[in-house]
Amino acid sequence: MSLYYVQKLLYHLNRDPAQKQRFDDNKDIVLAEYSLTEEELHALKKPDIGLLYVLGVNGQILMHYATMNGYDWPQYIQSMRDGVTEHGPVREGLYAMIDGKGAL
Amino acid sequence: MSLVYAGTCCHSPAITSRGEMADPIVRAQLLAAFERQRQAIEDAEADAIIMVSSEHFANFFMDNMPTFSIGMADEYEGPIEDPNWLKIPRTTIPANPDLSLRIIKDVIQTVDVCFSQEWKFDHGMAVPLHFLTPNYETAIIPVNINCQALPISPLQRCWELGKALRKAIDAAPERIALIGTGGTSHWPCTPDSGKINNEWDRELIDHLINKRKDALLAYCDEKVYQDAGPGAFEMRTSVCIAAASEEQSGEVWFCEPIPIYATTCCITTLFQL
Repeated sequence: MSLYYVQKLLYHLNRDPAQKQRFDDNKDIVLAEYSLTEEELHALKKPDIGLLYVLGVNGQILMHYATMNGYDWPQYIQSMRDGVTEHGPVREGLYAMIDGKGAL
Repeated sequence: MSLVYAGTCCHSPAITSRGEMADPIVRAQLLAAFERQRQAIEDAEADAIIMVSSEHFANFFMDNMPTFSIGMADEYEGPIEDPNWLKIPRTTIPANPDLSLRIIKDVIQTVDVCFSQEWKFDHGMAVPLHFLTPNYETAIIPVNINCQALPISPLQRCWELGKALRKAIDAAPERIALIGTGGTSHWPCTPDSGKINNEWDRELIDHLINKRKDALLAYCDEKVYQDAGPGAFEMRTSVCIAAASEEQSGEVWFCEPIPIYATTCCITTLFQL
């Protein structure tokens, strides 16, 4: 589990247009610069927004990656609900504070 | 001079990005309360506004997350979000690095704060400024409290930050207003986004305006998360302002849940001359 690097990659994509362009040009080269597990690589490349939420990515970072991938707001919210249904409670980070299920 | 005004306001990005989707009567009341706060700051002849907010990974990340940070830049820029989405044009925001330096040098005597000479405002600052200083003519000193990444800033230390800010403000010759942004119940960017606990919000606001230190510092993070969502961790900004203005009781100028804005929007005044 390397939640820190998943979030760091997304933080860079949100803040740094040059890194975003490099990511758009060749995802594999950029992803290789971060320490990521196979599950995280899969979730980022697909992208599986619901799985990224379950892995513990903060929504304040994740929502921008969802938008970047063409999700509108209702799709983004639904993808997280689907993620919890499919993959179980949030595993790490802020949203795992209680039971990882939020108010669902 | 000293503190000339203190208050709190909401900072939901939906107030501008989805502004017209709210009940028009309620929205008009919210905007009237913002205008009342803008006028109060203007009437107080504030030379600068210290704005305490909780940014959302715009400038700070977990590689070096400050518990508290104060801006000391020559100028600021914002909003960092897409201006077409937030519906606030990107602009330069005036600063006062000399005043920032004096505030930081005083605060750091009792509370460890970081400083930043580069800072891009996200909606946590940009939305309040859009309403409170629409012409961007007043110097802003941003203060950030980490309410986003665990471990978040302890409430007791946020109270102490407020006390330290007040001491520093009172030592400065400038007339200074103090504003805290955010902090009512919300579950931003999560599957529960849009949920509001208005009862929790009203109790918090009642503690704030009556400066009930013991009640404010008794909130437990796990219970806050459960009852009011992770967004309510931003109550730290309000606690800071309450500490800085403890000698006066405050007033609620607006406090209504607005579902399309995903939170209870509140505007309070906590100190006036």
